[in-house]
Amino acid sequence: MAKLNLLLLLVLVVCALGLVTSQHRSRKLFSELEREQERSRALDVEFGQLQLEASTWGLHSRVEKIATGALGMRAPDPRRVRMIEPRKDAPQP
Amino acid sequence: MSAAASVPMMVRLPAWRARLALLALLAAFVVLAGRSVYLQSVKTGFLQEKGEARYARVLEVPATRGRILDRNGEALAISTPVKSVWAIPEDVHASRAQLKALAGLLQMNERELARKLSEDERDFVYLKRQISPETAMRVAELGIPGLHQQNEYRRYYPGGETMAHVIGFTGVDDVGQEGIELAQQPLLGGVAGSRRVIRDRLGQVVEDLESIRAAQDGTDLTLALDSKIQNLAFGALRTGVEANRAKAGAIVALDVRTGEVLALANLPSYNPNNRARLSGAQLRNRVMTDSFEPGSTLKPFTVALALELGRITPQTRIQTAPGTLTIANYTIHDAHPGGLMSVAQVIQKSSNVGAAKIALGLPREEMHDMFKRVGFGAAPRLGFPGEGAGRVREAKTWRPIEQATMAYGHGISVTLIQLARAYTVFARDGQLAPLSLLKTGAPAQGERVFAPEVAREVREMLESVVQPGGTAPRARVMGWRVGGKTGTAHKQENGGYAANKYVASFVGFAPVSDPRLVIAVMIDEPSAGQYYGGVVAAPVFAQVMQGALRLMGVPYDAPLEPLELPGADDDAKEST
Repeated sequence: MAKLNLLLLLVLVVCALGLVTSQHRSRKLFSELEREQERSRALDVEFGQLQLEASTWGLHSRVEKIATGALGMRAPDPRRVRMIEPRKDAPQP
Repeated sequence: MSAAASVPMMVRLPAWRARLALLALLAAFVVLAGRSVYLQSVKTGFLQEKGEARYARVLEVPATRGRILDRNGEALAISTPVKSVWAIPEDVHASRAQLKALAGLLQMNERELARKLSEDERDFVYLKRQISPETAMRVAELGIPGLHQQNEYRRYYPGGETMAHVIGFTGVDDVGQEGIELAQQPLLGGVAGSRRVIRDRLGQVVEDLESIRAAQDGTDLTLALDSKIQNLAFGALRTGVEANRAKAGAIVALDVRTGEVLALANLPSYNPNNRARLSGAQLRNRVMTDSFEPGSTLKPFTVALALELGRITPQTRIQTAPGTLTIANYTIHDAHPGGLMSVAQVIQKSSNVGAAKIALGLPREEMHDMFKRVGFGAAPRLGFPGEGAGRVREAKTWRPIEQATMAYGHGISVTLIQLARAYTVFARDGQLAPLSLLKTGAPAQGERVFAPEVAREVREMLESVVQPGGTAPRARVMGWRVGGKTGTAHKQENGGYAANKYVASFVGFAPVSDPRLVIAVMIDEPSAGQYYGGVVAAPVFAQVMQGALRLMGVPYDAPLEPLELPGADDDAKEST
């Protein structure tokens, strides 16, 4: 009887230690997850800021000014534009 | 001790004393047991909560506001995090040098900063809202006690004044206040969530207890707007308004097939990123909210109704000589009297007398009904704040003279977007397009107002307006057939018409063979000498139409010949 009790005690201790370690590991993993989520949020924010920057640089008025001013470009005369009809069997874009 | 042992127990204690002691002990146990049962069962929730409060924290999970994109996915409004600096004045202890540095970083006057920090009776003072995260970091590095920072979002609008009236803006708390930002607030705003977590000694979150409410980020919104066409329209409108020294101007472009609003611009405008000095005139979205008497742009509707009812045919001739028509003490004038005119010429030369005569042959109920069916007198219900409905009076109150003047757009008021939408009736073979500010990308089905043949006949007549001899040769563009109608109306003031204040307008579509685009232009109080719609508004229309058709890749339907524009002295060719 005493032997069995001793054995059960041992099992109990092992289980308890296992629980503690797994809890610890889960918390560690969780804080890692938390950090990654934080990083993803930060990247999201950066994405938004970059998008903002892209649309500011790509403003049509700015592009037009550079194209006509610095690069000396202009819209082609309609007489020099040839319209191409899409073929009927061509795949739609 | 020995004495007591030797003496036999003589004293008999009464039995009740022992019982009393026993009972007292028992009672104490019962009280303890009762208390523990009470704590364990009745108060358990409260106690657990208190215990949890020692380590669990509820965190706010902010929702990001959705972006606004144009139809090609270009960003028109984006929220990005910023910081606000606030202080508890009592707790702030800073050296002179620190205060000077702080004032420099926050771009504030040192004296103003000192004043804000000396308001002792207040527990909370915003020093500066919405500063960049970099500046906020440097403020934090100063290490001044009593200074705090909080996360906020700020909305940026790369398009600036070009798009201001469509998109609107948000307030300092990131809630929509104008335009689409206000109209679509529930969709864009999202819902902030919260969750309960366990924090360790270092303040790090170690365990997620529960998600009380999941944060829902705002939805991205794709507008029907095409930023290239919008930019073109805004630029052309600005040129037109400046050249004519006008008080204001408005333009709207609609996709004929889908009913989408491709461009919508107003002047004066404002920069939504910097709204320090903002006046009501700048904020006003004239396209949507301001109704005006449209003038001659309504003539095609009268003619179309008469054709539809079979009262006239395109071959009918109408006597407009001597250029005046008197009904009940009121005389209608033509600016340039003509003689016997065809129906097409009434439109082409914009004859008031001709239009009035056609209108007088129509039942007033039919005319009223037609105005209602093309969308006048009712807000277009685009889901935009402050949409104007215009005004169409009840048919039974119309006197003959009023019916006659309504034929050429007086005594009735409409908004520019209503007018543009009404013209889709001609562009879509008789169908009125349902409008949309959001991208639909699919052809829309509309309500039929006129028969297809009637719409096509009127379209041909409207094309003659831009031809030599018409009122708006300046509306032509090279490569595409264009149709449209000018309007020049006296402005209403104090219940009457102002003698020298006008609203010049032009509404048209192209290409005539298969219309793709309707554009309406309105110039308010042109004061550089010219005030006719064909001179003031038509060039703006032509410039935008040309560019937009090219951007949309619409095939040419007219020979590519250089246009012969009329000289400056050849202008006054239209009546109202």
